[in-house]
Amino acid sequence: MVSAGLSQPSSTRLLADKLATATVARLADEGATTRVVTYELRDYAQDVMNNMLTGFASPRLETMIEAVTAADGLIAVTPIFTTSYSGLFKTFFDVIDNRSLTDQPVLIGATAGTARHSLALDYALRPMFTYLHAVVVPTSVFAASEDWGSGDGRVDSRLATLPARIERAAGELTTLVAASDRSSRVPDPFELPAGFNPAGVSPAGVGRAR
Amino acid sequence: MQFGIFTVGDITTDPTTGDAPTENARIKAMVAIAQKVEEVGLDVFATGEHHNPPFVPSSPTTLLGYIAAKTERIILSTATTLITTSDPVKIAEDFAMLQHVADGRVDLTLGRGNTGPVYPWFGKDIREGIPLALENYALLRRLWREDFVDWEGQFRTPLQGFQSTPRPLDGVPPFVWHGSIRSPEIAEQAAYYGDGFFSNHIFWPASHTAKMVQYYRQRFEHYGHGTAAQAIVGLGGQVFMGKKSQDAKRHFRPYFDNAPVYGNGPSMEDFTSQTPLTVGSPQEVIDRTLGFRDYVGDYQRQLWLMDHAGLPLKTVLEQLDLLGEEVVPVLRQEFAKNRPTDVPDAPTHDSLRIAAHTPVAAAAAVRDDLDTAAAIAPAKTGAAFGLARAGRDGA
Repeated sequence: MVSAGLSQPSSTRLLADKLATATVARLADEGATTRVVTYELRDYAQDVMNNMLTGFASPRLETMIEAVTAADGLIAVTPIFTTSYSGLFKTFFDVIDNRSLTDQPVLIGATAGTARHSLALDYALRPMFTYLHAVVVPTSVFAASEDWGSGDGRVDSRLATLPARIERAAGELTTLVAASDRSSRVPDPFELPAGFNPAGVSPAGVGRAR
Repeated sequence: MQFGIFTVGDITTDPTTGDAPTENARIKAMVAIAQKVEEVGLDVFATGEHHNPPFVPSSPTTLLGYIAAKTERIILSTATTLITTSDPVKIAEDFAMLQHVADGRVDLTLGRGNTGPVYPWFGKDIREGIPLALENYALLRRLWREDFVDWEGQFRTPLQGFQSTPRPLDGVPPFVWHGSIRSPEIAEQAAYYGDGFFSNHIFWPASHTAKMVQYYRQRFEHYGHGTAAQAIVGLGGQVFMGKKSQDAKRHFRPYFDNAPVYGNGPSMEDFTSQTPLTVGSPQEVIDRTLGFRDYVGDYQRQLWLMDHAGLPLKTVLEQLDLLGEEVVPVLRQEFAKNRPTDVPDAPTHDSLRIAAHTPVAAAAAVRDDLDTAAAIAPAKTGAAFGLARAGRDGA
């Protein structure tokens, strides 16, 4: 779980926690035990920016990136600043290898003061994860300030309240996480592309070592 | 073991004075540095190649040819020669010419270059960087080894009956290193041909360099060029020295804090702990450099970056004095200790010439099916992890 919330406590983190709790409960229903690791990007802010400037991750950031990219599912939540994800959130996804999230199940969430920003999930976050070839679940969860005062749908079930949206998104992520073997894979950083030929693709015999 | 200097050839404003050298002054400084390399007893001077300001060395063999006339002993090399955007025919000719001018004191390090626009400026596509490096080098090898070449590939106009001129000195092509920071394809290429592998690990954590070098060594053995321990490894390094550690830190800090590559990022302390950069006394530099062997094994060439980030020539020359007087003599002694006798030195023109005249011994071990799919078969999945583990245990 990656949260780009800044304050303590943070509503972004609160949303991330609720998404994780709902997903873990559903996975438990299916008999799966889940380990949730939460990263507040604020704790890595300097490492992330240093990585942007130097081109390599500090040891602690590298450990964190390995954990995030090897997870069976990722819950990524950001506050919406100036109509888009926060710069810290984007910078984190800018510094990781752009192949490292391929096929990873991802649930995206965002928070903001008003519901007018809710489409940022679909015009900013979703395209970014699509570019990274992650598998983003259809339901993304946006929480405006007013949503924290909404009911859970028991009083009026016609409303797609925040708790209802969280449940639906968690259900979608659960299906993908349950089917994932990502966390048990052993990545080989030295794997060469299929058909790789160190002598190039020229006619046979060219470049033969002698 | 060879020791030397590699220069990027950047024009950078000295942050302590606000002065930047002219192109002419910078180029002449590179010549002065090369002469100093010889004077203080180092072995190699290598220049980068760039085609965009603020870098000056666009024409490495011109520079090295001039330096050849001004020196008698040092090896003239590159770090790196752009095998992607330069025509391999011109590389073959330029470096053969340089061999003759310099009486064989020449080798080169090939690299892909990472400046996006340079590729289209030379009619190439950066997304084809690896295929360009593979094909162009395959042609370059043939141009040096076969008198007449018929050739056709993806990236260059075909050749019929082409002979590059002059032929390599004594019929011995210059030794080639392949430089890469993070592409296993290039480590594989170096291993395939039994060429050297140069890891410029100055901006990267040691753990990463260790894995890349171990991979190259394993594949070098796989292709039958010798044992993994006999593979030819070069490393980049970056140091700044003062008689006392604190002097060095105080003197270098403004240059570090404003350096184009890492300035305004991590603190100098964090960067030195995470990369091979060493800022301190000559003894600290000795200790750190000797530590490289713990994670790459006995290696053949150590180059340092010295003249960057706006450091004035006078300071660079003082640094070279310290290297030559206090650091390298100790390193030569210490690296020689416990070095297995079957670990070779880096090939030179003389050693290659002698080997070429005793072909049986030289070629016996190389597998004769190098161009077959079986030979090129990749390492087992996960093999790199086994290697990394072995590297740590062996350290």
